[in-house]
Amino acid sequence: MSLDKDTVARIARLARLKVADEELAPLAGELSGIFAWIEQLNEVDTKNVEPLSSVSDVTLPMRADKVTDGGIAAKVLANAPGGAVYIDPADKNAGGFFTVPKVME
Amino acid sequence: MAALTDLTIAQLTAALAKKEASAVEVADAHLRKLDEHRALNAFITETPDKAREMAKASDARRAQGQAGLLDGVPLAIKDLFCTEGVQTTAASRILEGFVPPYESTVTANLWKAGAVMVGKTNLDEFAMGSSNMTSHFGGVENPWKRKGDNRKLVPGGSSGGSAAAVAAYMVPGSTGTDTGGSIRQPASFCGIVGLKPTYGRCSRWGVVAFASSLDQPGPLARTVEDSALLLQGMAGHDPKDSTSAPLPVPDFAAAARNADIKGLRIGIPKEYRVDGTSPEIVALWSQGMEMLKAAGAVPVEISLPHTKYALPAYYIVAPAECSSNLARYDGVRFGLRVPGKDLIEMYQNTRGAGFGKEVRRRILIGTYVLSAGYYDAYYKKAQQIRSLIARDFKEAFEKCDVLLTPTAPTSAFAAGEKMDDPVTMYLNDMFTIPASMAGLPGISVPAGLDKDGLPLGLQIIGRAFDEETMLRAAAALEQAAAFNLRPAGY
Repeated sequence: MSLDKDTVARIARLARLKVADEELAPLAGELSGIFAWIEQLNEVDTKNVEPLSSVSDVTLPMRADKVTDGGIAAKVLANAPGGAVYIDPADKNAGGFFTVPKVME
Repeated sequence: MAALTDLTIAQLTAALAKKEASAVEVADAHLRKLDEHRALNAFITETPDKAREMAKASDARRAQGQAGLLDGVPLAIKDLFCTEGVQTTAASRILEGFVPPYESTVTANLWKAGAVMVGKTNLDEFAMGSSNMTSHFGGVENPWKRKGDNRKLVPGGSSGGSAAAVAAYMVPGSTGTDTGGSIRQPASFCGIVGLKPTYGRCSRWGVVAFASSLDQPGPLARTVEDSALLLQGMAGHDPKDSTSAPLPVPDFAAAARNADIKGLRIGIPKEYRVDGTSPEIVALWSQGMEMLKAAGAVPVEISLPHTKYALPAYYIVAPAECSSNLARYDGVRFGLRVPGKDLIEMYQNTRGAGFGKEVRRRILIGTYVLSAGYYDAYYKKAQQIRSLIARDFKEAFEKCDVLLTPTAPTSAFAAGEKMDDPVTMYLNDMFTIPASMAGLPGISVPAGLDKDGLPLGLQIIGRAFDEETMLRAAAALEQAAAFNLRPAGY
């Protein structure tokens, strides 16, 4: 399996990662190397093998479907990199917003 | 009495109980070591004020006869655990300056048991690496050096700072996380004990996620008993982690104090005899088996036929889960934001600038294997192979009670070695990844030195949720190997 520059650019776009043009070719080389090594998995016959869905044999409990916290808007917004806007600056836990660049004109 | 910083956790808690020292004195003694060995770069954030405050509270609790299991014990916390009010970076630029408004369950459990935090330790960025060289905050230096060679060595990774801090006697114990070997491999490189519990034993809530089906918090310490004490303080069911097992926490420390392994069947997987492993490690492995045999255990040759496929399968599963987990770093709610002309460009700029090379590489691999048309060929195939690996272990454990293997294929390497080709670096985890893929517990115990004078560990793998038998075997190995060496100058 060999990845070309265009494929790397496409995956980078899907992953929302800015990758400089001059880095695409070396990355394609590195990733191709890794995928060539991964190819050895094709030696294994996995016909009729169920994919593993959980490593644990323990039955995990269900919890009641109810709200267990809330009223902590100030904590949720505390690290907002673009700053936060509060509905009521006097009561920051009343709710608020993260700010992002304009999405619609 | 020996210096406070030379005491094990078991010895420290005994000294504190006998009032031979106060928690504040213990904290201060360790904080001085942090000052002394700052050049190792083991910590990203030191928290001396918090440590003294917590130690003072511990002394007050003890005065009232309310001391917990780990009361007054200073610990270093891998900077992957969210700590309320204390910066948590995952060693990434994208989280630099992030101050969590909540505490991870594991650290909350430790504070409830009375432990004292001295700081947050360095790691590979987002726990992705085996050398600690991928940290945005610089590599960590291993306190051990090769004989007659002054080059700096790596402490292993990803819990490199946690391992170096314990090996350099800055703390008696620390927390780590292990996805493919990130506790066990650095423990082996630094000559200490590192324990990865069964998946589900310790809550992942509040631990920055890398690969959710593999990540598991665990302790690093200088003795098997100390690792058991820490595990006891960390473990327990947590409703906030849906994969946390609803099981009671056994008395792990009691298991570690019982080194009776008469009749215990020790499996030796023949597929772990692979090319590229240092002959000294192969020899140490045989010695380890002889030691356990002399203590009354019975060696059993077993087979884990799919061993060689664990590593490549891991490099599908882990990046796939990483690419999905790390999608949350978008510059909107926390962490770095790099502006762009629109929202999409802001995402791209933020993530392009915020992630380092190894993290970017794994996000790209993960995005590719999960992208339309490739899911069955890669992710599904890897999960099928994971089923086969889990089945191998299940069958092996019908013939034996624990497995004995090397922890890592080499001793610590120099910073800059093995950096050219990612696959060479990935091979470091060849002996630890199979147990990770099956969710099994594993512990690395220091067992000897190589010809360069560097520590080497042996790994004991246990059945799921049977850390107690694993600890018993580990304690027997520890007694027989009697590894009591420390790095020169520490």
